[in-house]
Amino acid sequence: MSQGVAMVGLYVRDQDEALAFYVEKLGFRVHTDVRNGEYRWLTVQHPDQPSFQLGLFAPGPPVLDAGTAQTVRAIVAKGAMPPLVLNVDDCRAAYEQLRARGVEFTQEPMDRYGTVDAGFRDPSGNGWKMIQARR
Amino acid sequence: MRVDPASQDPELLRRLLRAKDRMDASSHEAWSVRRLARVSGVSEAHFARSFKQAFGIPPHRYLLTRRIERATALLRDTDLPITEIAFQAGWGSLGTFGRTVRDVTGESPGAIRARQWATARELGCVPACCISAASRPHLTIAVSEKRRRVPSGINGSEEVK
Repeated sequence: MSQGVAMVGLYVRDQDEALAFYVEKLGFRVHTDVRNGEYRWLTVQHPDQPSFQLGLFAPGPPVLDAGTAQTVRAIVAKGAMPPLVLNVDDCRAAYEQLRARGVEFTQEPMDRYGTVDAGFRDPSGNGWKMIQARR
Repeated sequence: MRVDPASQDPELLRRLLRAKDRMDASSHEAWSVRRLARVSGVSEAHFARSFKQAFGIPPHRYLLTRRIERATALLRDTDLPITEIAFQAGWGSLGTFGRTVRDVTGESPGAIRARQWATARELGCVPACCISAASRPHLTIAVSEKRRRVPSGINGSEEVK
């Protein structure tokens, strides 16, 4: 596939912390990590999804002025960014595994008419739903 | 008091979010300010003030919106008796449950159930938590104040006849 969504960015409070979380805890891979002065373009991807990148960006100069960056940091920390969904084959197994790695779960796995979902947050406050589809 | 929420320390906000998440996960439990403050690692006085500043609603009122959301979901998705739903959602008595739901939503639990069941279930492709959140009431005033007003729909958009 050559057309479609290639990358979606998240705001994170600290790119090193986010990198450690998404790679060491969730099992993502680094796709791109390049710097230009203060600016750091950092994307990761799910090992099963080579055509999609998740960007991990720190709000701040030169892209955002200091006041706007502070507002964005507050919004992220309040969990006000839109929901993110991670599909998994086995939600309960993934929950046990990620919880053992220290992921902060906000909701234990729940059955809903054949699907199972759980909720967790990244260290910055971005909220994920982890969903196992109906089999 | 109107303080710019962006002036709050993001580290504090992240810890306040943790208390909000805990209420979300277990809205049927009793959440004293003391317990919530401990989750956030701040003093009780600081917690109540900071939470309202951050999320625009006092913590106990936020909890009430989540309980009503949960009760509404149980009314819609299960055929549990209403008494059982009252207890599962965190109320100690059926009377308080019915009165609070009517005050906030303008409908009795039984009427909510009847209306929800009459509506076709066509939301299968939206994550269940998002459907549930859409039925969360907007509690911009205290429920006791609400009782003194003419019911006109909790978000101002519905006519109650």
